[in-house]
Order: sequence, then C-alpha cells, then structure tokens
Amino acid sequence: MKNNGVVLSGAHFLDGDHACAEGAIAAGCRFFAGYPITPSTEIAERIAQRFPLVGGTFIQMEDELASIAAVLGAAWAGTKAMTVTSGPGFSLMQENIGLGVMTETPCVVVDVQRGGPSTGLPTLTGQQDMMQARWGSHGDYEIIALSPSSPQECFDLTITCFNLAEQFRVPVLFMMDECVGHMTEKVVIPEPDKIKTVSRRWYRGPKEQYRPFKPAEDGVPMMVRAGKDYRIHITGLTHDERGYPVINAECQNSCVTHLVDKIRKNREKIVMVDEYQLKDAEVVVVAYGISARVAFKAIEDARARGVKVGMLRLITVWPFPERQIKQLAERVKAFIMPEINLGQVYLELQRVVADRAQTKHVPHCGGWVHDPKAIFEAIMECAR
Amino acid sequence: MSEATVNLPGLGQHPLDDLLRVDRIPHIWCPTCGLGIVLNSFLTAVRESAIPREDLVVVSGIGCTGRAAGYVNLDSFHTTHGRAIPFAIGLKLGNPKLKVVIISGDGDLVSIGGNHLIHAARRNMDLTVICVNNFNYAMTGGQFGPTTPQGAKLTTAPYGSFEHPFNIPFLVDSCGATYVARWTVLQVRQMTQTFKEALMHSGFSFVEVISPCPTVYGRRNQLGSGLEIVKYYQEKSVVKNDIDTRECEITYQGPIVVGRFVQKRKPTYLEAMNDFLRSSVGEKFVPYQGPMDDGD
Repeated sequence: MKNNGVVLSGAHFLDGDHACAEGAIAAGCRFFAGYPITPSTEIAERIAQRFPLVGGTFIQMEDELASIAAVLGAAWAGTKAMTVTSGPGFSLMQENIGLGVMTETPCVVVDVQRGGPSTGLPTLTGQQDMMQARWGSHGDYEIIALSPSSPQECFDLTITCFNLAEQFRVPVLFMMDECVGHMTEKVVIPEPDKIKTVSRRWYRGPKEQYRPFKPAEDGVPMMVRAGKDYRIHITGLTHDERGYPVINAECQNSCVTHLVDKIRKNREKIVMVDEYQLKDAEVVVVAYGISARVAFKAIEDARARGVKVGMLRLITVWPFPERQIKQLAERVKAFIMPEINLGQVYLELQRVVADRAQTKHVPHCGGWVHDPKAIFEAIMECAR
Repeated sequence: MSEATVNLPGLGQHPLDDLLRVDRIPHIWCPTCGLGIVLNSFLTAVRESAIPREDLVVVSGIGCTGRAAGYVNLDSFHTTHGRAIPFAIGLKLGNPKLKVVIISGDGDLVSIGGNHLIHAARRNMDLTVICVNNFNYAMTGGQFGPTTPQGAKLTTAPYGSFEHPFNIPFLVDSCGATYVARWTVLQVRQMTQTFKEALMHSGFSFVEVISPCPTVYGRRNQLGSGLEIVKYYQEKSVVKNDIDTRECEITYQGPIVVGRFVQKRKPTYLEAMNDFLRSSVGEKFVPYQGPMDDGD
C-alpha cells in the first residue's frame, strides 16, 4: 500500500491508544492540547512525536481545564482539534465540554476510562464514565459518544468522531477504556483516498447575513472561523442566533431546544450498532467497548449449549440507540448488559425496554474485565 | 427568535462606533465604573494601531470585565470563568496570524485562572492580556479575592480581608512576561499608549489597569463615588517606569505605583517551538500550515 507519510497506510501492530492518534491524523486533526494522564498518555506521546512530521501543533497544557479550553479556541481558529484524558481529567473538562456544546464547537474529547471514583485505579480498566459522558456538564444538552472494542476501531472511530463533530457542530466524546487502549492488535490503515473525512460546514452566503447559531435545514448551523472579518460574538451565555446574550426564558427555550433537537432529530444519522447473531436470538447481550469483546466468548459458549443468544454492540452509546433496542424488545425474551460499572448505560436500557422484556445487568467494579462465565451464567439464567 | 434592538439618542455618533457593537449598547456596567474608560482606551489603541481589524480577536472570561468581549465589534469570545487565556492560546496556535487580546478581570485571571496566567507568562505566549483590577468580585456583589488589599471590607470579608494580596506585575514578571505595565483609569493617555505598545509587542504582554468599582468595592468601604475613587488615584499614583516589580505592591488606599515595568525581547512560544523543532527534527519538520481552507 502507498504511504504518504501523513496517513500511514498499511497493516500495523498497534495498541488502541496509538491507533487513536493515527486516526486523528488521518481525520485531519492538526491541533492537540492535552495533559498527561494514565492510561491515555500514549495517545499524547504519539501525537507529540508525529505532529511535527505532518504539520500539526501539539501543546502540553498546564492542566485539563486548559487543554479543553485550548481545543475550543483552536476549533474556532479553523482547525480540527482534539484532547485526550482519563477519568479525573474528564471530570475537570466537563465545564468546557458544556461551553463546546453551548457554542456548537466541533472537537473531539477522548476518555480512556480507568477505574474510579477519584484516583481509583489509574492503570486498570473501567467503564465508569459513561453517565458522566452523558450528563457530566451542567444544564440540558445532548452529546455524541462512541465506544471502540478494538484497536482497529480506535483508528476507524476516531475518524468517525471527527466527522460527526463537524457534521453536527458538537464536541464528540470517544469513550475508550484502558483495555482497548493498551490492547495491541492488527490495525489496517487504508489509503488516504479511501478514508472518508467530513470538512467543516463553512458558511458561503453574504457576510452581513451570517448568523453563527441559525440552524440550516438539517438543524445544524453553518460555521465561519475567527479572522475572516465576520465579527462573530460567541458566548457561553444563553444567546440568540446572532450569538448575542439574551437572558430570558423565551431565548433559553429556543437556544436549549435547538441544542437538544439537532442531536435527537438526527439520531438515525448518528447511531451505529453492530449486530451479531441476532436473527434468531431470544436473549440479547447489549454491550460496548471491551465488555463486548468478553461477551463474544459467553455467547459462543451459550450457543454451543443451544441457547439462541446474540449481541447488539453499541458503537454509539449517546445518543442511545433507542429504536434498535425497542425493535428487539418486541420480539426477544431478555436483554443482558455487562458493563464495567455497577449500572450506568444499563439504566438507559431498562428505560427503553420498559416491561416489554426481562433485563439483567452483569456488573463489575473495574480493575479487570468480566469473567465470561458471569455473562454466560446470566445468559443461561435468562434463557431458562 | 427575537433580536432585541434599542434606540438611544446619539447611538451611532460615537467616534469608536465602528469598533463597538452598537446594537448591544447600553452596556451593563454601573455608572462611574472604570470599564468604559478601559474599553474606550483599548479601542482607541486598536484604531491607532496598524493591526488589520479582521486579525484582531478579543477573548474574555467571566465577570464584569468579562463582558468586554460582548461590546467590541471584532471577532470576540466570552468563555468560561478563568479559561480566557487557554482558549486564546488555542485561537493563536490554531491561526498564528491572529492577534489575540484577553480582556478580563482580576478574579478571572489571577484567582480561578491563575494557573493559566503564570504558564502563559512562562511560555512567553504570543498574547496580550489586559487585566482590569477592581480589587473584588463585583459581578457577584462584592466578595474579596486574591487582589483585595488587606483591611478592605467585602461581603465575604465583613471584618476586612486579612489575606496578603498578589502583586500582579511581580507575579507575571517573575514568571517570564516580556512586557508588564500598570496604570489606573485616570491615566488615559498613558494607558492608550501602553495598549498600543502591548498590541505590537512580540510575546506575552500584560497590562494591569486599576479601575474603580463604586457600586460594590467603593460602597462597602465608604470610598465615595467613582469620581472620589479616581481622585485617590490622582493623589496616590506614582509613576515609576522600569521599577523592580517587587516594589509595586498595593496596600489599602496606599500609593499605586504605575508605569511600564518590563519591556524586553526573548523568543515567543511560537518562535521557540518552530525554531527548536526545525533544528531538532531537521528536514522532516513540517510547520503548521494554518487553519483549514474555508473556500474563501
């Protein structure tokens, strides 16, 4: 395969963190601001090594608050920008993730999850930031969050994250976990012209008619960059379509409803799931990230015992794949959700399934992945 | 969505109207607050400088001064509390052609944003910071902060603040700022001249402006009207250019040392980054190419 030095086309043996860094470069990311934190540091290291060779600017900031703020600024300067972190740093970034949502700023935030709360298990895995991804910043909003199950997906989906960020003018959260981040596997990087990247929604009309927050037909506003004499004003305050602060209930209603609707109404364009042996399934394992990898073994073992079980793997966790779950709930007996927390995305599964089928959580506190036996036993119990 | 407009007599007749968002006037600042003077002085400096308007970006944090970004007719960003500097760093590194100015308050820049301030100074980051110091958190009703002189009374220091305040010029000087100055809002000509110098300076330029807050700081301490506070500036300002910044501490109603304290040249962050990478990476180094093509 041809290799142009920017996109490293070819077959590699990479861990998830490094694959994520290469995905960002392939997606066109040329600004990175971050702060070292286990287990995400290898992404920053790879970017620091690669960016001077591909025309990117890397800066190691003084903390995570600064990292996300710099990413937002760089996005408005007109670059594709990213930061990476793990649990404690993800907590610190929440306020400015909210600023990114409010100002409709395209960017990517990677969280390589570890066990928490607090300092928790710096070097060991967890999936405990999933609800923080959904609700971590204050106020009402919708967000996009993806979760990879392999180093190959760390590459592929990082590109998808950048594309979704540009398409919907929203920070996109890439919810990796320590296992996937540190797992080394074959990663195939396609040739540059085979990689689909989405460019910014540049506004093309008359300058004086530009409104930074006026939704286009698909519900998402067009964008300009600083330095083009549009004299934009961008604020975290509740604002009108011009971006001017308007502090009243009427404007709050239109501003916040817009932020929520542009994601909710485009759910079908955003949501990605992977279906595995669902055709005849009576029991469905719903899983994401490393837990999905572990669940394959349990499903194989249960299939060997004649149990009709399959998996709905959530590639997109937020917005939650409601339609897909509802459709399955009409015909299957039970849903099982293993995740490395004591019940986070499971709560959403329960809400959507309601009383249409049985639901069962397979919890794990973190520090290691599930024993496939625990998932297997849950399958067998629900299949009875 | 409604776009509120106001019609005030004289609106559109101010000499700086082309640099003001006249559709956002009247502003929210109190009568005799010093912020209008600072903004006027800054925009005069902009008008008299050779910087193309489209290259100039203003970033603010949160607070009374934080609202400055909303009144300038330039690309402007009103960010989160304390984070104006790192946001501005993203803008500058994302498009090195931009001239990025931060206008924010003492609470925003020195308290909650203090970490970013010292690191931006250390890096000699290519930014201009205008720090309007009114000795308190005014937007929230007058609480003491890290710049409140010892003895001043505020709502969360009802018996007087006993903490030792920052000497801000010394703080940023000791961290590596290459341009440091301080004026009060009384010294409008000097302040405007300083803003022009700061705008043209290569590297991290920092200007502290002491500004009256009659509604909150003044009232809590019975200092009188804005005019009376400015009279204090007149009586107690002492111009000392190039002074050792350790010697410009501010005490409660004491002398205020003003002037240009630091002006020196050393490689800016961008110069250091590009020069260093060019020599250490060698011919494989690909410098940052600027923002994405927007088709214009």
